Amino acid sequence: MVRPIATTRSAAGLPTGRLAVWWVIASEIVIFGGLLGSYVMHRLGHPEWADYAAHTNTWAGAFNTFVLLTSSLSAVLAHQAAEKGDGPKAARYLGFTILGGGVFLVVKSFEWTYEITHGFTITANNFWAFYYTAAGIHGVHVIAGMIIMAFIAMDARKNKELQRVELVGLYWHFVDIVWIFLFPLLYIAK
Amino acid sequence: MSSPADAHSPEAHEGHHEVNYVRVWAILLVLLVVSVVGPMFEIRVLTLITAFGIAVVKAYIVAKNFMHLNIERPIVLYILAAMLGLMLQFFWGTSPDVMHHYGKNWENRAALDQPHTAGSTVGGSHGDAAAAHGAEAPAGEAAPAAGH
Repeated sequence: MVRPIATTRSAAGLPTGRLAVWWVIASEIVIFGGLLGSYVMHRLGHPEWADYAAHTNTWAGAFNTFVLLTSSLSAVLAHQAAEKGDGPKAARYLGFTILGGGVFLVVKSFEWTYEITHGFTITANNFWAFYYTAAGIHGVHVIAGMIIMAFIAMDARKNKELQRVELVGLYWHFVDIVWIFLFPLLYIAK
Repeated sequence: MSSPADAHSPEAHEGHHEVNYVRVWAILLVLLVVSVVGPMFEIRVLTLITAFGIAVVKAYIVAKNFMHLNIERPIVLYILAAMLGLMLQFFWGTSPDVMHHYGKNWENRAALDQPHTAGSTVGGSHGDAAAAHGAEAPAGEAAPAAGH
């Protein structure tokens, strides 16, 4: 069987596939770091934003944090199963991770529906503009992760390309870390 | 340089299987509860520690145990550290202009026109705009005139 070049070729001591994912994560740090850094500066310069943040639902944010932390657990368990060569088990864990992403998005959609119908739209003021931009970009990353994971799970079920389970897991954990910082910034600091 | 086979070998990820992931997840959940309950006391220092301090701890735990950064090649740490450095540089370079609404030769009229933020600096007050503006002007330096 021909193995993919991302698995067989090495750069800087690690397979190019994994190195590529780390580069993706590095670029994401700049994207989210710039966004969150800008938010923090504006928040410190505009104390009245605390009043706007008071309208976000802390419990929904906390529940979504729980969901993402749990989905990260299933992602790492999928990686563990893949390392043992158990593709079907890895696929099942990836399925749980996708389910976690789905629950996260459903909660988010209820939240946004409530907020938008109460007048807290992206054009209401700069706080809500940041809120929807940050949470929206994060949500797009969750959707992308779910789609990629579904393809990888289909292969893993047949014990194919199991190294990819770790790679998509790295991406998913990063998305989880971004939310870990978004949660206190948007939901707790009031 | 080691081969990719080495990088995926059990030796390369030594200690990988020793991690009890469910235990790590339980610790993360306990930290989540603390980060939600802490700010309820509405004590500023406690909120900063429980919300933001614990967020850093949670991110560290996920990166170390789930992303296995503790056993990853050093090059990855260098890449991530460089990106975090760029982020800090961005913050350091732009934050004075964003958080302060006027300086020696400039003023941010849009921000000053907002009653709550006029003249505010880091941790600025909600007080009267004109008073806050004048009060926060550096000694011996007049605050910018409103008509500028």
